[in-house]
Amino acid sequence: MSTVRALLVRDIKLAWREGGAVGVALGFYLIVVAITPLGLGPDLNLLARIAPGILWVGLLLAALLSAGRIFENDYEDGTLDVLATGPVPLPVVAGVKCLAHWLSTGIPLVVLAPVLGLLLNLPMGAFPSLVLAMLAGTPAVSFIAGIGASLTLGLRRSGLLLALLVIPLYVPILIFGVSAVTPYVSGPNSVWPPFLILCALSLASVVLAPIAAAAALRTALR
Amino acid sequence: MISLANPTRFLSLVDRVVPWLSAVVVILLGVGLYLSLFVAPPDYQQGETVKIMFVHVPAAWLSMLGYTLIAIAALGTLIWRHPLADVAAKTAAPIGATFAFIALVTGSLWGKPMWGTYWVWDARLTSMLILFLLYLGLIALWQAIDEPGRAGRAAAILGLVGAINIPIIKFSVDWWNTLHQPESVFRMGGPTIDPSLLTPLFVMAAAFTALFVLLHLIAMRAEILRRRVHALQQTQVEHAALAEA
Amino acid sequence: MQLPVHVSLAAHDIACERGGRTLFQGLSFTLAPGEALLVSGPNGAGKTSLLRQLAGLLPLAAGHLSVTGAEPDVPVAELCHAVGHLNATKTALTVRENLAFWADYLGEGHGDLAGALAAFGLEPLADFPAGLLSAGQKRKLALSRLYAAPRPIWLLDEPSVSLDAQAVTRLDAAIRDHLKAGGIAIVSTHVPLKTKFDHELALGPRRAA
Repeated sequence: MSTVRALLVRDIKLAWREGGAVGVALGFYLIVVAITPLGLGPDLNLLARIAPGILWVGLLLAALLSAGRIFENDYEDGTLDVLATGPVPLPVVAGVKCLAHWLSTGIPLVVLAPVLGLLLNLPMGAFPSLVLAMLAGTPAVSFIAGIGASLTLGLRRSGLLLALLVIPLYVPILIFGVSAVTPYVSGPNSVWPPFLILCALSLASVVLAPIAAAAALRTALR
Repeated sequence: MISLANPTRFLSLVDRVVPWLSAVVVILLGVGLYLSLFVAPPDYQQGETVKIMFVHVPAAWLSMLGYTLIAIAALGTLIWRHPLADVAAKTAAPIGATFAFIALVTGSLWGKPMWGTYWVWDARLTSMLILFLLYLGLIALWQAIDEPGRAGRAAAILGLVGAINIPIIKFSVDWWNTLHQPESVFRMGGPTIDPSLLTPLFVMAAAFTALFVLLHLIAMRAEILRRRVHALQQTQVEHAALAEA
Repeated sequence: MQLPVHVSLAAHDIACERGGRTLFQGLSFTLAPGEALLVSGPNGAGKTSLLRQLAGLLPLAAGHLSVTGAEPDVPVAELCHAVGHLNATKTALTVRENLAFWADYLGEGHGDLAGALAAFGLEPLADFPAGLLSAGQKRKLALSRLYAAPRPIWLLDEPSVSLDAQAVTRLDAAIRDHLKAGGIAIVSTHVPLKTKFDHELALGPRRAA
């Protein structure tokens, strides 16, 4: 257990020390949300209706663009070789790194989301369901991003390719994530079914994604 | 300017200036806040909340002044190669960004009683938000590049490009705002500014300017010292390498 | 240093394929505790690939590896320290943090941070970020990983790159101590080392079953 903890602590430390990587992800989220009204017009009612969608899409893009970092750094300096031959099975290594991404980048994005919701005139009553839905869905976001990151290790245009591969997999998270927030905005459907599905998606990804990622990593390490 | 180019001379200048400049800031802020809160009359329409303007407007002015400073420093780095220019630019960015943030938050709080929401996309607030984003970009670029020389030149180029773009962005945002005819015709500054409001406003503006200069000098001193520490560390590492050989 | 187990390593008719080409086949060797193997050959002959196969990163195209003396079910990879061309050091962490991580991660409780710092004389640099180090010092940091946790098999691929003469002497001493403690070393190097190798494996175009 201490080996897993050592890896998790190291990855979080590196995420915070690496020249503002987390800050850039947050800044990107802010920018994407900020320019949407410039394209759509400042009609507050319109913005309030589409706010859940914009907040979720922005979060997914910001998480995706920071996901390349999950394995790239360790792959380039040879650390991944040593981690792969350590006492911890490779799927667990992959899982820990995805968890570190969620803790160091995913959660700050979720914390920023309600602030951006203010910009989009999201009703404040929707804030708790927004944050809870995102907390339930972002583990899936990080872990599925890990699959994409492991598949595109060391490739040209890996950032764009990663987005292309992973966004289709994000569709369920997006759909249920928005549904978990919109009842507060537009209608009296219950928030619970989409929220529970988000939890299920996250739990499933936490278990299954590392297996896929480890297989991809083994191929990349050959 | 030339005599200040020597970092050591600059540091001793900063050490001498900081104490009395701090006193100036405290006095100006004290006078300004007193005038704003107790002397200036409340607005017949907005009540006491109009007084947020005494923080909001100077903060906005200072955020724009900060970016102007960065643009000038950028010229200093790229054209005149002044050794302290990139230090000035690097340290001014977070301070300017903070003033922009204060302007955004106070603008939002000011508007809440009027509009019922914390944010509207009117021309001035939107322009201020974009200025804030430009600041964030500069800070991110400084953080991302390890080597200070390259970081300084890159940030200088970005700063100049941003400065040239700001009038264009402002024009386009104003035009966008008229396109969409927002329901509220409320203007941030009110239809006219009563003269009795001008004195507290200018005192607060002077206070904020002095505060900016103070914070900037302290930050520049810290950055110069930080670079010295880094150089010392590198020397130590090299000596260790030579000692082993 | 103390090694927890003394193992013998044997390769039986192993083969390697890369990019559709067969680099070598029918390779066999046996190493008893305390023996060292030198892998030599021209560039592209497959030295790095062989070491990566032994480290468990590259699958064997044919044949198998066997280990005696270790617990059953332990893969060969977990008995090896592999130091390749890349240093596996993090520039954002200090020297101490780098080695402390390896001691925790690879050592599973038996890690030796102090020994790792002392191995190549990196104590004076312990609290500096690894990014400040010269190429030779970074290589020493990479090699210090060998001491962070005790493992019986050392796989070294061009370990002396960037090292000055004094550091190469230290490397030789490290390998000798490891062999004396009952470990196995498989080294691929262009630079001649003073270590006395018990076996030599010459890879090259003529290598065949």
